[in-house]
Amino acid sequence: MAARSNRVLPALTPENQHFWTGGARGALCFLRCTKCRHFVHPPAPICSECLSRDLEVTAVSGRGVVYTYTVNHQSWFPGMVTPFVIAIVELAEQPGLRLTTNLVNCSIDQVKIGMPVRAVFENHDAVWIPLFEPAL
Amino acid sequence: MEILERRAAITGIGQSEVGRRLGRDPMALTIDACLEAIQDAGLTRSDIDGLSTYPGAMFAGAPGFSGAGIGDVQDALRLNLNWYCGGIELPGQLGAVINACMAVATGLANHVLCFRTVWESTAQGGGPRAGIGAGAGGSYRATGPMQWTLPFGAASAANWIALMAQRHFHEYGTTREQLAWIALNARRNAARNPKAIYREPLTLEQYLAARVISTPFVLYDCDVPVDGSTAFVVSSRERARDLRAPLVGVEAAGCALYGRPSWDQFDDLTTMALRDAAKMLWTRTDLRPKDVDAAELYDGFSFIALCWLEALGFCGKGEGGAFIEGGARIALDGEIPLNTQGGQLSAGRLHGFGFLHEAVVQLRGAGGERQVPGNPEVAVAGAGGGTIGGCLLLTRG
Repeated sequence: MAARSNRVLPALTPENQHFWTGGARGALCFLRCTKCRHFVHPPAPICSECLSRDLEVTAVSGRGVVYTYTVNHQSWFPGMVTPFVIAIVELAEQPGLRLTTNLVNCSIDQVKIGMPVRAVFENHDAVWIPLFEPAL
Repeated sequence: MEILERRAAITGIGQSEVGRRLGRDPMALTIDACLEAIQDAGLTRSDIDGLSTYPGAMFAGAPGFSGAGIGDVQDALRLNLNWYCGGIELPGQLGAVINACMAVATGLANHVLCFRTVWESTAQGGGPRAGIGAGAGGSYRATGPMQWTLPFGAASAANWIALMAQRHFHEYGTTREQLAWIALNARRNAARNPKAIYREPLTLEQYLAARVISTPFVLYDCDVPVDGSTAFVVSSRERARDLRAPLVGVEAAGCALYGRPSWDQFDDLTTMALRDAAKMLWTRTDLRPKDVDAAELYDGFSFIALCWLEALGFCGKGEGGAFIEGGARIALDGEIPLNTQGGQLSAGRLHGFGFLHEAVVQLRGAGGERQVPGNPEVAVAGAGGGTIGGCLLLTRG
């Protein structure tokens, strides 16, 4: 699948920039609690598990599995090229730590729930969009 | 513990003209529905001392999603209000009615007018259904929760709910042939509802061959945008006894949210926030699912209604597909008649309030050709999908 040129990009903020710019160095990054090691996503100023405010940006492996997916056929914006795969990927580091994303470098027929995947990044100016491809 | 919502009753119902691209002022639709509800209750506007709505007038970015706010209606009808509340951060659309129940139960108001107006059909025009953020231009950037879905072309609840449906299919073996019956049942009932939008028969073959929106959803899994307004009068049960309308009492409310309010971080993506509201409902009544005679459950997308059926305990978790297959159990004469007006799939996207309206119609025995047989005494209305959900259990008398 080719990169989709008409992506809506996120607005970068001090709170989210670790997530959207980590791809510049090939890293998928989340906030992680230094006390209980819980990954906090979306970014928040407090650990939802232990209420510690001591969070640090941490890179994960970028590996996960397809938790669920849908093949979108509807063109929601002018110029949106369909069909393409929207997936929710659950990351290897923590049950329930999931990202909505697109699957790339595989045919639609190949996509299965439970399929191992890994992060790749698509660059738009300062933003690096985390997408996922099949992990060999 | 007193179940405080039981002090409330639905004493009046009203609904405007409902249709595709009516081209009418949404305030005019709102006034039609509100005046009908007040009259239906046997009241006049001077009796109304409370006003409640979802989502309120300030909502921007979704054409036609809100047709009127608190201030619009208060001013147009020159109401003297002791209590009012309008907003979108509620346990589903019916959260506005649950609020009204609490206002009359606590004595802040005697008669609360509740309304919900949509004019999405006219506002969205004749083109294809647009995604969130569409048309905002090349400089548009996604913020807040939208940043986690929009960059991936997941621009509609159709995508977000489809992801959940696909997980349900995977875990429980649910099939398109089963899910179809939410849509087919709705169409079957719509044929008996003169105000429904789509009334011609729909077959399983037509459903399976329909245009794909976002797998596993086809066109018929998605509700139809309309223009229309629905209104209720919620009164204290004490005062309701003196009114002319047959009394429909509130038995219990469900408004819980335990899971995360997120499209992808919720703990179990084979269900949604409505799970928690439904669970709470049954903790506030001795009635059980087997006592319910009609279920009016949000079907903005077909799969949401399936989730409501499971969450409310009409079938077991994961058993929704087998339960609705063939459509007999959810038919008008089935064990739990579902979406007797045609749902939002065939009767139009009145956005939650249409289900409560229909529940009251059925309990009053006013359903005409679509009346559930056997003098129904208990009905449930559930509204909302995804990150929001709320429900009300109603009884006749």
